[in-house]
Amino acid sequence: MTSALLVMVGIALALGAALGAASVLFRTQGDPLVDKIDAILPQTQCGQCGYPGCKPYATAIAGGEADINQCPPGGDEGVRKLADLLGREYKPLNAEHGVEKPKSVAVIDEATCIGCTLCIQACPVDAIVGAAKQMHTIVSDLCTGCELCVPPCPADCIAMVPVAETVDTWKWRYPVFELRTAHARTQSAEEAA
Amino acid sequence: MLRKLFSFNGGVKPDPNKSASTREPIARLPLPPQLVIPLHQNIGGTPRPLVRVGERVRHGQRIGAADGNVSSAVHAPASGIVMAVEPRLMPHASGLSAMAVVIEPDGQDEHVEREPFDWKAASADEVRDYLRDAGVVGLGGAVFPSHLKLSPGRAMATHTLVINGAECEPFITCDDMLMRSEAHDILHGAQIMKRLLGARQVLVGIEDNKPEAAAAMRAAAAALGDPSIEIVVVPTRYPAGGAKQLIRVLTGIEVPHGSRSTDYGVQCFNVATALAVLNALERGEPLVRRIVTVAGNVERPRNFDVAIGTPIGFVFQHAGLKPDTDKLIMGGPMMGIPLPDMDAPVVKATNCLLASSPALFPPPQPELPCIRCGECARACPADLQPFELYWHSRARNFGRAQEYHLFDCIECGCCAYVCPSHIPLVDYYRYAKSEIWARERDKDAADSARERFEFRNWRAEREREEKAAKLAARSAAAARPAAAATGAEADDPKKALIEAALARARAQKDAAAARATDELAPAGGQQAGTGGLQQAQAGGELVQAAPSDKQVE
Repeated sequence: MTSALLVMVGIALALGAALGAASVLFRTQGDPLVDKIDAILPQTQCGQCGYPGCKPYATAIAGGEADINQCPPGGDEGVRKLADLLGREYKPLNAEHGVEKPKSVAVIDEATCIGCTLCIQACPVDAIVGAAKQMHTIVSDLCTGCELCVPPCPADCIAMVPVAETVDTWKWRYPVFELRTAHARTQSAEEAA
Repeated sequence: MLRKLFSFNGGVKPDPNKSASTREPIARLPLPPQLVIPLHQNIGGTPRPLVRVGERVRHGQRIGAADGNVSSAVHAPASGIVMAVEPRLMPHASGLSAMAVVIEPDGQDEHVEREPFDWKAASADEVRDYLRDAGVVGLGGAVFPSHLKLSPGRAMATHTLVINGAECEPFITCDDMLMRSEAHDILHGAQIMKRLLGARQVLVGIEDNKPEAAAAMRAAAAALGDPSIEIVVVPTRYPAGGAKQLIRVLTGIEVPHGSRSTDYGVQCFNVATALAVLNALERGEPLVRRIVTVAGNVERPRNFDVAIGTPIGFVFQHAGLKPDTDKLIMGGPMMGIPLPDMDAPVVKATNCLLASSPALFPPPQPELPCIRCGECARACPADLQPFELYWHSRARNFGRAQEYHLFDCIECGCCAYVCPSHIPLVDYYRYAKSEIWARERDKDAADSARERFEFRNWRAEREREEKAAKLAARSAAAARPAAAATGAEADDPKKALIEAALARARAQKDAAAARATDELAPAGGQQAGTGGLQQAQAGGELVQAAPSDKQVE
């Protein structure tokens, strides 16, 4: 009787110690869910979701403060991925936060630029080079297309130019011929009516 | 000596259609009125243009320099004037344009001085750099820069060099005709490659439907008297000319997923690449021409020796394009890509130009649902499960498609060839592959943006801290005199600073007022002594003690 009790108590202590040690040793730094959500977000850092950057939005989603359909650059596919990750229902992009656009980059009209540096301060990814009273230009490879540099420009010299497809970035088209499109269209028209 | 041959799984036996273009020897095509030489003709980086519009170039002059080591130079195939360096239509399924150098030949065909290169005395790195700058790429169709493949294996010493003369795809006969006419030079090139690789043996694989080529190569091997070279005739079965398939047939080595043949001591080159290496190293001739089979719906199917950059329309003119041609294909009927237009140029990858007509290649039958018969899996030479790849690609489930080793697919088209439902399976794989590549590019861009965004935030934070530290230091320095002057407690650094500044201003104004009153009236001096601040302010306003205002700031 006593020996059985001692054995059980011994096992309990050993397991408790092991669990306690594991909780200290394998403690995760930060919230892994936030990082997973952040990995799905497009890192445009545009703030269209209402948060100052992708990471804060990811934190808000993880905390249940924000919905998953507030990221227009991530688009429909981004919402689907988030829905998959979080086990939530898919919902279409919230139009309040903007609409999905083709990927664009900002281009400065260098003849009009007055060198005010306002766009440089606005750029979240340091993709604009220039100095005070010197012409600015955008490193298009680094530009995320967030459009944050457009409103501050006093000379109105920044335009968003869609990224053209090249031989290297061209994609083979989806081979399925959507024969049901017309039918679906009439259906949706009926529903609308 | 009989060699034990191995076999690969699957494969198909389409009608070879090779006899039409092998009746006549290779003809040298004259230069077109204008050559359009794309800069990007290799796997890897796009070469940088080295010439300007209006410049005169000579035959063999480098017009595009390799961009980094995973790249390959391009050269002028004739002497002439550079008319433009601009985007031109590419022989690519997209129908998009890319940078090209347009040269108008002057008909003099003046060569650059050929500098003899003593490759035997040069180090291996020098030879590789030389081949890169001579623009030698794999001419079997993949255009992988050859210099990158010509180094002894890292994981294992390369023991076998496989020279690929199998040429399994229907209609294409450029390697066959090249072996018939240039057998000696091909083997000489193979010997150079063997030496660079440190290989012990050279196996030349030729399909048994090319007896003339095999005989010519055997005769050349006998003439060379090199016992390490062996000409091996392999059974005709598509795709025996795939690198992994030919290596398996010749050596029995099955290169597993995720590794390369060099990890198992085998390297594989096309016969035309062996000749290009010889031309570059022994003759100082860069790669500016290649053999192109023109076949299909043409009057005179034949092989042409074509300058790279020749418009496809010009090549077809010489072969006599029949009027009912509905489509042009670069490559063979199994793996070829549709060409956008007659203006697209011949590039280093162009092994065959095929004219298609409704009679020759009937339009594809309507696609029916997959009936899960498994024919495609039996035909797949890469031992994949094409139906799984198809379902996942079609459902845009790219992660699953990759789990089924989508990237081991060589796009040979055997699965689509045998499919009873006429599903264009390869189209789905190409779609899925290009989507996955695009996602990887997006992911890399997003990672870089995240890093830059985080760095920017860190920098902003650091700047804020530095400013705060500077402020604290200044206020600490100012706190003592300020406190002494006003007696105020400087608990808040900002307040202390303001106090200090005010104290300084007061002191200056006092001094200025004192001076002013001295000059104005002796009575003021008495007041200044009694009514401190009021007087100082009045005095300041009176004489416009401007310097003191500025100093306060």
